Amino acid sequence: MTIRQLGPWIAGAALIVLPFVYREPYHLHLMILILIWSFAYTSWSMMGRFNLVSLGHGGFMGVGAYVTALLWNHLGLSPWLGIPIAMSAAAMLAVIVAYPCFRFRITGHYFVLVTLALSGIVLQVITATRDHTGGSLGYTPDRTRGSHLLALQFDDKLTWYLIALGVWAVGLAIWNWVDRSMDRYALEAISEDEDAAAAAGVNVTWEKLKITVISALMTSLAGALYCQYQMFISPDTVSGISVSLQMVFAVIVGGLYVSLGPTVGAVITILLAEILRVGFGTKAVGWDNLVYGVLLVVFIIFLPKGILGSILERMKPQRKKGKM
Amino acid sequence: MSEIFDIYLLEAMVNGILLGGVLALLALGLNLIFGVIDVTWICYAELVMIGMYGMYYLVQYFGLPYYAAAPITILLVAALGALLHLLVIAPLLSAPPVNQLLATGGVLFVLQSVATVAFGIDFRNLGIRLPVLQFAEMHFSYSRLLAFAAALIGMVLVYLFMTRTYVGTAIRAISQDRHIMPLMGVDTRRIYVITSALGGALAGLASCLLVLQYDIHPFVGLSFGPITFLICVLGGLGNFVGGFVAAFVFAEIISLGGLFSDLEWGYVLAFAFFIVMMFIRPAGLLARRS
Repeated sequence: MTIRQLGPWIAGAALIVLPFVYREPYHLHLMILILIWSFAYTSWSMMGRFNLVSLGHGGFMGVGAYVTALLWNHLGLSPWLGIPIAMSAAAMLAVIVAYPCFRFRITGHYFVLVTLALSGIVLQVITATRDHTGGSLGYTPDRTRGSHLLALQFDDKLTWYLIALGVWAVGLAIWNWVDRSMDRYALEAISEDEDAAAAAGVNVTWEKLKITVISALMTSLAGALYCQYQMFISPDTVSGISVSLQMVFAVIVGGLYVSLGPTVGAVITILLAEILRVGFGTKAVGWDNLVYGVLLVVFIIFLPKGILGSILERMKPQRKKGKM
Repeated sequence: MSEIFDIYLLEAMVNGILLGGVLALLALGLNLIFGVIDVTWICYAELVMIGMYGMYYLVQYFGLPYYAAAPITILLVAALGALLHLLVIAPLLSAPPVNQLLATGGVLFVLQSVATVAFGIDFRNLGIRLPVLQFAEMHFSYSRLLAFAAALIGMVLVYLFMTRTYVGTAIRAISQDRHIMPLMGVDTRRIYVITSALGGALAGLASCLLVLQYDIHPFVGLSFGPITFLICVLGGLGNFVGGFVAAFVFAEIISLGGLFSDLEWGYVLAFAFFIVMMFIRPAGLLARRS
């Protein structure tokens, strides 16, 4: 066993032990948020790394959060059932939008714009059905009167930390699983040249659809978790174009082609937003997004592989040079 | 009963056509940029938002009359468009298209938050209330008529510019073959800046017209941005005529859908229509094979 093999396990163990040693609630809260968003960003990067840039993930996240909360409030359905239903709803939405895109070779700009419209429309639907969803005022899942476990509502941060950590680890595992699968090569071939990949026997539509559905499922789970943890969702925080762009931004900052890139992006962006929020106080409305936007543009122009990606590249300059 | 209903239906249809004018203007601007520079400005609707604030401040603070403020706003947004190209797009011209797209997504963040920081999140309006026209028991707002007429005039002007001038011809030539034109002695960089400014000017014109109908706030772009993208994709990106037709189709759907329920449901209906159309005509209404 080398350091390289042991490293992840040691880091994982340290992360599990951490909340038992260090219990400052605010910092724990930040870490939970970072873990949940890291998971969401990781699920976006599953598609993004194969040049399938989707701005529709805000829509998937909104579906995950709102369907779970609506089922709980209106039908009393436990999130344990509600989350799978919400995830399948998001997957269905993904198939409805993505299938014609992939079947009819809608790629590049077209695909981005179609998915962009998707997240815009999900936002509109949530706002339009304001009688049920509370519209732009936001929505709160009812506090449970019965079992906390059944309602997936916990008051202590420790439980949430462990849940978020587990889900995040699963997200990384899925990333690595895709990374090691044949599908990765198929998808990389597709992102290089779709026709050539098809000629080489890759089922282009099916491969793309698979990764899209996986990504949508994960994103909606992130939305549902966010909803359960925060106990408040509004269309602007879980759906719409700005959430989609936020995902893209974090992943680009962290690094699109490395498994921990989205996590690094989440750490940087969430800490940045918090520092700006605390630093500027209540006057800071808009300032954090301003810095976000400027950084995003600067990063794309000067550091397209992201922070982690660039550091890793520095560390092993002789291997894989000129690739990617 | 049915007669009254028909009047409403007719009114909604005419209003749809009027709405289509401004949407067609926006789609034209976006298509122009895409067709020539091969870039999609995700932040296009935010340029319109900045233009609307420009109109607001020129009219409210500097006391300019509407018709004097409009040309200034158009120039302002045109300059903004050129600036956007020089600062963000030009360094990325050889980067993957997705990076260009995301960079303009970053500009969207920047513009929205600049507006939030500079102008606050209050809803403002110009305070100009135009009369409502009454014709055969139907009501049309004068502002929409004006918007429709001005949008049409704007589009005709662009058409004339594109077909009658040397620069316009060069722009069309570049949109047909990006690699050959530099060899023919056309300065592509200059053409790109001009095209960006032209696209900005169209956004500026749209903002002068939309400011009469919408309240201004930093996120107003979201209420017509996504629909503009849908229109462009439905019409076929870079296809001017397709975008024009699609704008009116969408405006009718939104307007008629809004007749039966909320305006938002009109949008939802338009999206459903869009998905169906993607199955039927994936390359746009008037498909142009690339």
